[in-house]
Amino acid sequence: MITDAAIRIDGLVKHYGGPSGIRAVDGIDLEVGQAEIFGLLGPNGAGKTTTIGVCTTRVFATAGRVLVHGVDVDADPALAKRFIGVVTQYNTLDRSCTVRENLYFHARYFGLPRAAARRRADALLERFRLSDRRDSMPDELSGGMAQRLQVARAISHGPAVLFLDEPTAGLDPQSRLALWSIVRDLRDEGTAVFLTTHNMLEAEELCGRVAIIDHGRILQCDTPEALRRSTGAETVIDLRVDGARVALADILRRLPHVASVAETADGLRLLASTRENMLQHVVEAARGHAIADISVREPTLETVFIELTGRALRD
Amino acid sequence: MTDAYPLQSERRVRVYARAVVGLVARDLRVLRRDFMPFLLRTVMNPIMFVFVFAYLLPKIGEGFHTGPSNTSFGTILVPGLVAVGMIFQGIAAVALPLVNEFGRTREIEDRLMAPVPIGMVAIEKIVFGSIQSLLAALVVFPVVYIIPATPVEVHVDHWPLLIAVLLLASLISGAFGLVIGTIFRPQRVPLIFSTIVIPITFLGCVYYPWALLAPMRWLQVFVLVNPVVYISEGLRAALTPEVPHMPPVAFLSAIVVVLSALTAAGMHFFLRRVTS
Repeated sequence: MITDAAIRIDGLVKHYGGPSGIRAVDGIDLEVGQAEIFGLLGPNGAGKTTTIGVCTTRVFATAGRVLVHGVDVDADPALAKRFIGVVTQYNTLDRSCTVRENLYFHARYFGLPRAAARRRADALLERFRLSDRRDSMPDELSGGMAQRLQVARAISHGPAVLFLDEPTAGLDPQSRLALWSIVRDLRDEGTAVFLTTHNMLEAEELCGRVAIIDHGRILQCDTPEALRRSTGAETVIDLRVDGARVALADILRRLPHVASVAETADGLRLLASTRENMLQHVVEAARGHAIADISVREPTLETVFIELTGRALRD
Repeated sequence: MTDAYPLQSERRVRVYARAVVGLVARDLRVLRRDFMPFLLRTVMNPIMFVFVFAYLLPKIGEGFHTGPSNTSFGTILVPGLVAVGMIFQGIAAVALPLVNEFGRTREIEDRLMAPVPIGMVAIEKIVFGSIQSLLAALVVFPVVYIIPATPVEVHVDHWPLLIAVLLLASLISGAFGLVIGTIFRPQRVPLIFSTIVIPITFLGCVYYPWALLAPMRWLQVFVLVNPVVYISEGLRAALTPEVPHMPPVAFLSAIVVVLSALTAAGMHFFLRRVTS
């Protein structure tokens, strides 16, 4: 147990539409440390956004308890919100206010006097390279700029925890990298970051720890490195197969060092505990079967997810 | 970062007050930026109405009457059009922006995360709607006072009554806007005008005093569901006391009941929209 956890989630359950309805979150326990980037990785509908909704006081838990910065979000949402910064999946910038006013009024909501709020807004504009767009309206910003502004706004009251729901969905690669760098800086300054993503690269590159979530349950939670190791695989071989796969799968399973063989949409995926000569063994064993393509790569969090659920993240 | 602990109630009140001041400041900034549209949408209806019915028609000899024989139609219209101007602000200043902020842009999100109980964001909407509604009353009054060709007799015998009516009416306007804004979806906005604005205006005792509906008893009773009736009658009692009007105790208690009901309903729908 982390002492002074930034977020502590105990036995969180959320049902929609009564006990027989949808179990969006089905018993989650998590702890996120201060100055940690924590990722919740899972497919759409896994319960990620609902979990963030409860943590940010907007969804009422059916059971369980969430503490943010030590404050029970259900018992005292108004207090909890002082420690929370949120960037939702949608662009929620205030369309009636300029870029600078978005930052200025947010700071005012959190009690900063006028002059201090102006200074805070200007400092954030500078830091997030938005100064030359200060008088633009939000609709005039590019996707990357709008997202930077949303993050700037979310941290302008100095929250202890920043929640990012799919922060880079829909961003171009350059904007994505820029946002990652911002998030790392925030962590280095002591802000805990809790983000959801269905992008395994984001989870691997950015997060100190990752929880894999599916159907409202946490399947595994560890560092990306440890999660990858947990598959027991050193290498992943994907075979595109035309025609029958069952017989080939049986042959491959009998090869030495093969950890598992699973069917994919267009062929088979083999996990092996060594890289040495595996490709050669596989090619020899598959002789006589209609192999259209073979690729070899290292295991990723996607591999972990498939191992755990039997499905791909994007399915 | 733990300086908020323990947050004594006195300190909490200060935090909430600052947040609400910030929310109002934001709305005022937006109003200031959109001041011309505000003026236009506020004055066009009363200008056109008094111009045609209290200036043009009397000039061409077609003036007509709904009050006692010694009262001009212009006099009848003053409280009524001020009432409509006020209640319409609730829809324009609260309901229409809210419909979009909930349904399309979700831009209210940031305000919902302000460090206050979420219901206070709804209360702020009512308060701001009422500020704008009072502004509208100030803008509409000179228009409907000056334009008519026939004499308009306005005099205030009882200032406290006028102030009470104006304040309560402005709050009703804000609360009414909150209810409309939380129950309509963006694609249904045109329906707000045809199913709400037009009936409450035409059946709001705007163009005729309530007492004159006596020959049609069923209508006289039916219009009592319409909050505009109480605002028109209240302003009538305060501004044009010679024209027949409801007794103050009747419209004041009705206004309080309507205001409480609209506020409760608006808060309920608001919370249902923003939490789950």
